[in-house]
Amino acid sequence: MAVRGARVLFGASVAGAYALVLAPVLAVVVISVFRQEIVSFPPEGFTLRWYANAWDKREFARGFITSLQVALVATAIGVPFGTAAAYALARARLPAKGALNTLLLGPLAVPGVVAGTALYLFYVRAEFWVDDDIKGTTLGLVAAHVLLTIPWTVRLVSAALAGLDRSAEEAAANLGARPFTVFRRVTLPMLRPGVVAACLFSFIQSFENLELTLLLVGPGRITLPVAMLNYLEFRVDPTLAAVATVQIVLVGALMLITDRFVSLSRVV
Amino acid sequence: MGTLQLQGLTRRYGANTVVDGVDLDVAEGELVALLGPSGCGKTTTLRMVAGFVEPSAGTVRIAGKDVTHAPPHGRDTGMVFQSYALFPHMTVAGNVAFGLEMRGVGKAEREARVLEALRLVRLDGLAERLPRQLSGGQQQRVALARALVVNPAVFLLDEPLSNLDAKLRAEVRVEIRNLQQRLGLTTLFVTHDQEEALTMADRLVVMEGGRVRQVGTAEELYERPADLFVANFIGRVNALAGEVAAPGAFRTTDGTTLPCPRDAAPGRATLCLRPEKLRFQPWASAGVPAKLERTVYLGGQTEYHFTLAGMAVMALRETPPEGDRLRSLRPGDQVTLDWLGEDARLLPEAAR
Repeated sequence: MAVRGARVLFGASVAGAYALVLAPVLAVVVISVFRQEIVSFPPEGFTLRWYANAWDKREFARGFITSLQVALVATAIGVPFGTAAAYALARARLPAKGALNTLLLGPLAVPGVVAGTALYLFYVRAEFWVDDDIKGTTLGLVAAHVLLTIPWTVRLVSAALAGLDRSAEEAAANLGARPFTVFRRVTLPMLRPGVVAACLFSFIQSFENLELTLLLVGPGRITLPVAMLNYLEFRVDPTLAAVATVQIVLVGALMLITDRFVSLSRVV
Repeated sequence: MGTLQLQGLTRRYGANTVVDGVDLDVAEGELVALLGPSGCGKTTTLRMVAGFVEPSAGTVRIAGKDVTHAPPHGRDTGMVFQSYALFPHMTVAGNVAFGLEMRGVGKAEREARVLEALRLVRLDGLAERLPRQLSGGQQQRVALARALVVNPAVFLLDEPLSNLDAKLRAEVRVEIRNLQQRLGLTTLFVTHDQEEALTMADRLVVMEGGRVRQVGTAEELYERPADLFVANFIGRVNALAGEVAAPGAFRTTDGTTLPCPRDAAPGRATLCLRPEKLRFQPWASAGVPAKLERTVYLGGQTEYHFTLAGMAVMALRETPPEGDRLRSLRPGDQVTLDWLGEDARLLPEAAR
């Protein structure tokens, strides 16, 4: 009886946890098709006009494109650097490895608003040195987002490296491969699940970032989350829920596709 | 193919000396086994030959060339790893072709040689499989083919059989030995399994605590062990402490006199006797009285455990036929032990 009771309790806890995590997501999706402008229960009816409205508001489309560009470029830069850093941490003879590791994971621990403010102030100072615009430019934004991608990459690739059978690398060296060839032909392919996961998480981190981005975007270069926040200042209607639903579907699809190539549960 | 020479090879980690002055010459086409308990330094020695561990002192010569400080990719060795270390993302053919690719062998020749190597290990037909689709034994053979296909000067095997089940191990043992002899491969083989070493190697190197205890053929090590450690490690042995009192007479610590070789030097020693050299009669006669403690029936052979002058000794002999009076021996029975003095071997005391 006690065992059965424990099992029921366990099942209930799991169900509760899932409900807690998924309820807001589900709520957003449901609200996006409510007919009335001010969200209230029960719904007066259902409609897809908020999706049409989101489509009509060009700032969302533009924001989406900007977010996509920034996220892709930040991932393309951050993942190679993060992978190299993780490899060095795992393999090279470095002094103060622990401190270096903490430093690389640091951006995760700093609140986005704080990091954004710090970067803003830094950019102001840097503009004075280089005598050119940095804050409000795409370059400045991408640089800030690279900062978001590195800790995730270092963490995921480090985990993959820790689980790697080093004798395969030794075998490659034994067969005549030079160190870089060993890395390219053996280590990197074996790290693929970790690197793919790092790309995915980096992309999502960058794509949905609001706090850090808020302080660094310039006119005409608004990312989607910032565009959504701007919209919220004037209107509170289900259009935002519609945009958010599209985002949820996109990220979900991305995860499913990734999972087909590498089993995510194995690396995360 | 080439020779392998180790001179004073030493590896220290801080104050800890893992390999201590190993000297060894492996002739062309010879298979030498490094044998010893775990932690004896055998694997570190092999890894110094392959170039994965930097020696603290000493030299490694492959085919006469000093490669002590050469990187792994600059040495002409082919290694088979304990875990096989196959490249999981490459096919069997891709794995085997890797070494040839690194040596700049052209595509056509590469394919031909890969096929030949796979045929050698009876894996032709599985060329396009991935390692994870193969059984342990097949993976092991891919690892062999991958190391062999490049014709290395020295072939290195690191406990290659320890991940196989007992039956397969005996098969692969023969297979590796046949290949090695057919191709005349100069081979260094690391194992902790004495049976494996005895059945495969031309010569054995018994290591303990980072040092070489003895080098020799299986016969030499079994019949003329240099010390008690080797005697214990290669086969089983009865070791009795005492001293040589007179020519052919060995006196144990409690005063019992036992036969020993006539030419033994007087003084304290350990008398070693292989179990199959020990004879016994189930009645009182010339010899040493002892008490049977237990018998262990092993099928074709039977172990008889006795107490002799307070010390445990063991005899191994063919199981007597049914009806033989030895079959009716029971624990507690008195017997007489006896052996030829020349069959015993005296080893320096405190060899361990």
